Order: sequence, then structure tokens, then C-alpha cells
Amino acid sequence: MEKVEIDAKDMQYTPLNETIREAVRNGAKEIILDNVIGQRFIADGLKGDVTIRINGVAGGDLGMFMNGPTCIVNGNCDHAPGNTMDGGTIVIHGSAGDAAAHSMRGGKLFVKNNIGYRGGIHMKQYEEERKPVLVVGGSSHAFLGEYMAGGLILVLGIGQEDPAKDRGIGSGIHGGMIVIRGEVKDELLGVGARKAEFGEKELEMITPYVEEFCKYFDTEPSGLLDMNYTCIVPASARPFAGKYTWE
Amino acid sequence: MSLGSVPLKYKITIDREQCMHCMRCIDNCSYGVYHKEDDRIIIDSRKCTACHHCISMCPRDAISLQERPVDYRSHPLWTAEAREDIINQARTGKIILAGMGNAKPYPVIFDRLVLDACQVTNPSIDPLREPMELRTYLGKKPSKLEIDKKDNGDVELLTKLTPNLKLETPIMIGHMSYGAISLNAQLSLAKAVEKTGTFMGTGEGGLHEAIYPYQKNMIVQVASGRFGVDINYLERGAAIEIKIGQGAKPGIGGHLPGEKVCQDVSCTRMIPLGSDAISPAPHHDIYSIEDLAQLVRSLKEATEWKKPVFVKIAAVHNAAAIAAGIARSSADAVVIDGFRGGSGATPKVFRDNVGIPIEAAVASVDQKLKDQGIRNKISVIASGGIRNSADIAKSIALGADAVYIGTGALIAMGCRVCGQCYRGMCPWGIATQRPDLVERLDPEAESEHVANLIRSWTLELSELMGAAGINSIESLRSNRSRLRGYMLDEGTLDVLQVKPVGA
Ligand code: SF4
Ligand code: SF4
Repeated sequence: MEKVEIDAKDMQYTPLNETIREAVRNGAKEIILDNVIGQRFIADGLKGDVTIRINGVAGGDLGMFMNGPTCIVNGNCDHAPGNTMDGGTIVIHGSAGDAAAHSMRGGKLFVKNNIGYRGGIHMKQYEEERKPVLVVGGSSHAFLGEYMAGGLILVLGIGQEDPAKDRGIGSGIHGGMIVIRGEVKDELLGVGARKAEFGEKELEMITPYVEEFCKYFDTEPSGLLDMNYTCIVPASARPFAGKYTWE
Repeated sequence: MSLGSVPLKYKITIDREQCMHCMRCIDNCSYGVYHKEDDRIIIDSRKCTACHHCISMCPRDAISLQERPVDYRSHPLWTAEAREDIINQARTGKIILAGMGNAKPYPVIFDRLVLDACQVTNPSIDPLREPMELRTYLGKKPSKLEIDKKDNGDVELLTKLTPNLKLETPIMIGHMSYGAISLNAQLSLAKAVEKTGTFMGTGEGGLHEAIYPYQKNMIVQVASGRFGVDINYLERGAAIEIKIGQGAKPGIGGHLPGEKVCQDVSCTRMIPLGSDAISPAPHHDIYSIEDLAQLVRSLKEATEWKKPVFVKIAAVHNAAAIAAGIARSSADAVVIDGFRGGSGATPKVFRDNVGIPIEAAVASVDQKLKDQGIRNKISVIASGGIRNSADIAKSIALGADAVYIGTGALIAMGCRVCGQCYRGMCPWGIATQRPDLVERLDPEAESEHVANLIRSWTLELSELMGAAGINSIESLRSNRSRLRGYMLDEGTLDVLQVKPVGA
């Protein structure tokens, strides 16, 4: 049983997830979900090596706590895809809502177009083995990478005049890196964030993710592999260390 | 000009006649009060925190400690503490950090509530001879049971029951994270709850491998920082708790300073070594009760609806309305943490001034849930400042299903409530990650102390219930007629729904 098709029409999320789990248990390697109209929690906590193709609009918390699978959404996605995700890949052929990649601690999330507020908030990393990556093709909104503690956020700004036009980028950031195509005005940086040089090393670091993005969305990486990026990193790993005194 | 120093808080003296120069006090004090000069022990009382480790280890009882040996000009408003806090902040310009619970002398409502006992009619029950039912099930209860009666007399339950947590005693241990407390401290608590058939919270620091053997007694916590949270962690827990608020610091999040994030803590929390572990007050995917419901459901969905999900909030003035919302979110229990709740580190201004007493919060939550006809949909857990079995009995009579204890369990392991947990130098090996200090705590011995505390409070609870003519904890729950208020004002009695003494 390699490929399974599920019609999600009129199906509530729990039976839908049960059907998906059942298919994975039975050895499905590819699952196609048709007629998805906003069901939340798809692939929530799902483990295994399976590709789920979602035809329609995925609801909130797509792939939350997921570890292993690949979800490909042929459409837009509501808030927080990849929430607290551990491993696996989510590819969204459209835009996503707020808090995309919230607390993601491993795996990769690729969004073709734009994301809402608080993208990559609380993204965390533990050594190299758990390094989350969020790649946004279009633009992001305020509080991108807030409280970020690890991983990589890459905003490519394709077709955008201003890929990151809102304030609060990296407020409270104490680990990881935010890379945004083009110039980022200083006043958009949040507390504790600072700009760092984008050099050959950084370009080398983002190249595989740019290439992977282009592979999924059928575009050419060549125009994106240059030095036209701004790199944002934590000013310190201890942003609030100086705030307190003893009783 | 310098502001100069403020007087000592404690003064240590050694009875030189008694002292045998064993130097144990030097080894025992992690705060560096003692040192040796030639053959003499020199004391720096200013460093003392009244943790009592030296006193408890001195073989000659030679050490004495006095609180605040220097007076200020007395003033009812400008207390020594008020003056010293100002001096501290004038000097530093910073937020004052504090540990443990609210240290202000607010009247304790528990101490103004008295329990009832039977005399002639409705006789009391002797727990020695009669079975007492303290087993507690936490989670949703169906509003009615549907059964199918078979012709042969068998009955089959048709109603699908929601998973509940089964406790042998209504006493659990609240969430104290690995990071805030040491692994040995967590291990002691874990062994204790296993021994006594109850549960403890992991706190927001993840689940260390050493605790895996006790996972069936663990409630795993999900806080805004999501430290250590992955699908395996969720699956290991017997229940999952979403932390929204904490009694010691309502409205603000958790913050483990980078100094405490050692290799093992960083691995368990899944964050970089030495970085601050910040979990701000809001969960950034929760901006409404509907969003909270979404997180509850996503946790249930991830664990296939097999585990109860709790939501913990701080006791604040509208706790009742919040709890009613939580009851409708698919959550199975709401934890209400009162303003006496402990903490490893919190701004002092929050610890001492924000929140409301657990007694009032529990009573109003219970009443609101009953008024709305949804009390069966959710269990209520009271926590924050529970000091003895009477507090537990009173909490249950006010409407709790069970309680969490925190500071009480730490005291059973040696804690002297010195309130310096945030410094990471706890000489009892509890609130520290310093290997030499952690080593002082023997999980085997301390688990027995904690288990003994739970056992003795459980025994006392059955005695109190028996005296009140009650043989099942369920009959004590929300049984306000077994309580009377002594010297409580009318407004408070009204919130508690308790009559005054004599009525
Ligand atoms: S522990 Fe007691 S007896 Fe030993 S040196 Fe200190 S004060 Fe003297
Ligand atoms: S845990 Fe340790 S540091 Fe904290 S109050 Fe107790 S004795 Fe003091």
C-alpha cells in the first residue's frame, strides 16, 4: 500500500487524522488529501516517512509536533504551520497565516508567498541535529523571529518591493539567524537584535535552502544567489541578563 | 557620595566554647559565610541567607542565627524592607528578583476557616475501622450514564468515558522544572509520587532521561517557550498541562537565566548551552479562549485523545470566568495557582502584590462552574501556599478536586525557604545545578521524606473527613457546609459561600 487517496470532504479533523495515521501504520508512503477546506491539525504529532499532498486550504497548526513526514500543500495555509515541529518538511504553495514555524525545533518549512505576523517566533535549536529552517518566498510581517533561540529564517522577498516592512524583527532574539533579501531599515529591528555582515560564509550557508526552495516552486536560484541580503543576529545570548538585581 | 551599606539581615555567631574546629560549616555554606584565617573561623554574616545548612550540619550545635540584629528608626509605613528595596534600586536601577512565595503578611484565609465535626446525630466515622475513599479521578465526568441492560442481568456501559487521571490521594506535586530545581530533586519527587500513587508536574523544562522510569506518574508541561516539547515528550506523560500563568508571577512568563542552562539542562530543554531560557507570558499562538481551545485540541489530537489536558492559570480576580472558558475548551482540568505560590525566580513586586488568594479563587471558580451547569466537565486543582492537611481539606471543601503542593515538598527535602533559589547556590541541592551541591541530595532518602509527607497528610485527611462524618473525598468536594468562617468579613464570606461561625 504505497499510495492512498483520502477525500476530506465533510470530514472533521479527528477522523481525518485517524485515517491518515491508519494509512501510515499500513505502510503508505504517499497520501493524497482532496477537498481539504480548513481542517486544523493535519499531521499533528505524526511520525514516519510519508509524503502527504494536501489539495485545498490547510487549517491552523498543520504538522504541529510532527516528526518525519513531508506535507505539501497545494493552496494556502492558516496560522502556525510547523508549530513546535520536530522534523520533516512542510511545503506550502501559497501563503500562510500568523506564527508560522512557532517554536519549530527541527525540520524545514517552505512558504512560496507570504506569511503573517510572528513568523518563526521562539524557533529553537539544539546543536546541529535539531536545526529548524523557515524559508519564505515573499514577505513577512511584524515580530519576525521574536524570541528566536536558534535555527534559520530566510525571507527571499520575491516580487516584493519591501520583503520585511514591519517592525520588531528579532525582538528578544538570543540565538539563530534571520536573513532577509535586500536592505532592512534599522528602526525595524527589535530589542536585542543587531545587523551582522552577510558574507561568503553566510551565502554558502543559505545556498542549499535557496536551491531547495527553487526546486519545490520551480524557479531559478541564480537570481537569488548574490550578496543582496541583510543578516540579523542576536546582540547577546543573554538579552535580559542585566535587568535584575537580588533581593 | 555612596549610599553606603544596609544592615545585615542575619547575624551568625559561633559558640567558641562548643566549637570543635571541624570546619564543616565552611564546607557547607555555599554562600561563603565562613572562611578560615590561621586556625580561626571567620564569619561574614552579610552573606547569610538563613538557609540553615551550616546549623543542621554542625556536630556541636555551636552555631546560632539571629534575624535582623540592627534596628532602623521604627516606622509603620517605611518598614526596613521598603527602605532597603529603595536603596537597592537607587543603586542599581533594576528589577528586584526574589524566590519562593509571597512574603507579605496578608491574612491567610485558610487560617480563618474552621472545619466541622460531627457530635451526636450523623455520627463521625472511625477511619481505623471504616474504609475511607480518597481515590480521586481527575478529568471530565459524564452528565449522565447510558447503560444497556441485557436479558441475563448484565449491564453494559454505553457512554464513552473520557480518559481520567487516577490518584490514590488528592495530593499531587506541582510543576518545578529541571533547570529551576536539580535532577536529584526531581528524582526524589518522582520516586515519592510513584510510592504514593500520585502525580507530579515536570515543569516547563522537559523530561530528563533519568525521569523516564517514572513517566507514568508525570504530568508534562507545555509553556509558551515549549522547552523540551516534542511528540515523544507528550506521549510519555500521563497527562499534559498547558501553563498559562503561575501564582507567584501572574501575567509574566518564565525565565531561566543562562547560568543555570548547563549541558544537561540545555539538552533536556533542547536549547543552546548557556543561553537564557525565555518563555514569555503569552503563548504566541493564543490570543483568545478559542485559541486556547485550539492548543488543547491540538495536544489531544497529537496524542490521539488518550490523555487528559490540564490548563494552569494564576489566581486572578476574573479566574472564575476564565475557568468557565477553559471548561468549554475540551480541557479536562483547570489548575488555579494562588498568590502564595512559590517560584524559583520572580520579580519581587509580582511575588508580593499580584494575584489573589487561592481560597477565594477556588471557591469562585467552583461556584461559577456549578452555576453554569458545567462543573462535571472539568476538574479543579488548587495550588499555591498549601501548608498542611487542613489547608487541603479546606481547599477541597471550597471546591477543589485535588491539590498541588510545591514548597511543602521542597521543605520535606530540606529547603528552609530562604528564598534565594534564583542564585543557583541552594545549599540543600534543590534549586541548583552546581554538581557539588546537587550531590548533597540523596534521591532515595529524600523521596522517602516526601512520600512520608504525602502519607501523613493523607492519613490526616481521612481523620478530618471521618470527624466530619464523610467517608469519601467526593462528598467533601465543594461541601461548604463543612466550613465556617472565623473573623472573615462579609464580602469574603460571600465569595467563599461560607457561613460565619455560630450560624
Ligand atoms: S560546624 Fe560547628 S563545630 Fe564545626 S567548625 Fe563550624 S561551628 Fe565549629
Ligand atoms: S530551595 Fe534552596 S535556595 Fe530555594 S528557598 Fe529552599 S533552601 Fe533556599
